[in-house]
Amino acid sequence: MSPDIQLEHSASLANKVFIQRDYSEGTTCKFQTKFPSELESRIERTLFEDTVKTLNNYYAEAEKIGGQSYLEGCLACATAYLIFLCMETRYEKVLKKIAKYIQEQNEKIYAPRGLLITDPIERGMRVVSFECAWLCVYACKSISMGEKDGGRREEVSKQE
Amino acid sequence: MKNCEYQQIDPQALSTPTPTPPPHAAAAESGNEQDKKAKRPRRKWEVFPGKNRFYCDGRIIVARQSGVLPLTLGLILVTSGLFFIFDCPFLVKHLTGCIPVIGGVLFVFVVITLLQTSFTDPGILPRATPDEAADIEKQIDNTGNTTYRPPPRTKEVLINQQVVKLKYCFTCKMFRPPRTSHCSLCDNCVERFDHHCPWVGNCVGKRNYRFFYTFIVSLSFLTAFIFGCVTTHLALRAQGGKGLVFALQESPVELVICFFSVWSILGLSGFHTYLVASNLTTNEDIKGSWSGKSGAEDTTNPYSHRNIFINCCSVLCGPMPPSLIDRRGFLPTEESAQTSSAEVETPSLAAKNEINVVGGSSQLACGLQDSPSPVPAPPNSHQNSSFA
Repeated sequence: MSPDIQLEHSASLANKVFIQRDYSEGTTCKFQTKFPSELESRIERTLFEDTVKTLNNYYAEAEKIGGQSYLEGCLACATAYLIFLCMETRYEKVLKKIAKYIQEQNEKIYAPRGLLITDPIERGMRVVSFECAWLCVYACKSISMGEKDGGRREEVSKQE
Repeated sequence: MKNCEYQQIDPQALSTPTPTPPPHAAAAESGNEQDKKAKRPRRKWEVFPGKNRFYCDGRIIVARQSGVLPLTLGLILVTSGLFFIFDCPFLVKHLTGCIPVIGGVLFVFVVITLLQTSFTDPGILPRATPDEAADIEKQIDNTGNTTYRPPPRTKEVLINQQVVKLKYCFTCKMFRPPRTSHCSLCDNCVERFDHHCPWVGNCVGKRNYRFFYTFIVSLSFLTAFIFGCVTTHLALRAQGGKGLVFALQESPVELVICFFSVWSILGLSGFHTYLVASNLTTNEDIKGSWSGKSGAEDTTNPYSHRNIFINCCSVLCGPMPPSLIDRRGFLPTEESAQTSSAEVETPSLAAKNEINVVGGSSQLACGLQDSPSPVPAPPNSHQNSSFA
């Protein structure tokens, strides 16, 4: 790293924040809605809780045991489960909805505040992680050097 | 004068390895050396840390030891083959033409469900990334010092008013979710772990339990059906005048196999029917987790719906959860080019603590992302994103 460039990370979110699973209702997928202290200065509590509650609702919908899931299960059993090779299950459909919702939330709410949510499926459904999305690049002293270095830094980041 | 430039950088850029200073990056810009090293993008199954084997480019997953799966398949094929060749013609002539049809349907069911049980991901949990592992280890210390040390072995949670202990898995570096167990043969944590079945050569867990159950139920029907047909065949031949001994000589193999297997398989089906009806796993039943054998007073199964029908439906007809290990996803190209274990290096952070604690973790555990954009892509997409 060139000594002329300093990287300054957002101080309050140097690490990632992980929201763990809430097992109070069994093994169904549900995340804790307790607001972590590390995010206090970054995002409003209500927005955070809304996001996590909506995610929990989506997962509850995916794992709901009801008429449709029984039908799917019985049909699958009758076809020796070969139907899973051809058809997209309800769970997969809901996962796509979740991915779209997370992308939307990132674009509208979290990215402007310098945060990013990772889809829990990427972490084996163990955690929802909030990460710092922005790096602030300062080029000090020599501006011409800074421009060249800043450009190189950008290219290097894109390489990575 | 400061020239402040804001740019949105992929968070994974913070955690992707940067082992060498900028001259390496400058060389990478030309691309030639990198291209030579990382010729073909590797898929995640190629760096999977557990003891599993993969076929068809990651589509099929089996345990490292196939156990006696070939024997199981062989026994089923031989017995059914002998049945169709020797017994069916006689019975079709003397009884009804439905017999080979019923036998055929059962046989197809058995083979398909057996292969699905063996080749499906049983519900393997991917290992924790170094960031997550460090986060768990950091949480335990409440005195205000940020130290990293192994967490306590167990953590208690309340599930439906029942205290359940979650154990910390030192291999996977996470607290195991409820009903999850680490299989030492496969070296993976498996959700809703039932048992590791050598007959099918795979673990039986959340995702393939319904295949396993259908397999043993249809196998017990098949063996009982073949046993019944062979006995009927022998009885009819003995009545025909040639005597029982002569008739026995004609089909001894099937009789022996079916006689010995029908009791054990019927017994196993009965046992698993009981487990399904009470929403238990073999693991929990053997350990006596909820029956009070382990010494705790007044323990009840917190996962049971208290209704046999609902228990059966939730276990067998519940929604099919997705595979959490993205076998066919691609590794980022610079990760696949490196052979040594990746080091998570974040400028100006105390990353060296993380390395001391979780050093030596596999590439997969380092949090792989396919998409260069900040929002990760869905897990089963087959993207080949290059960072060059």
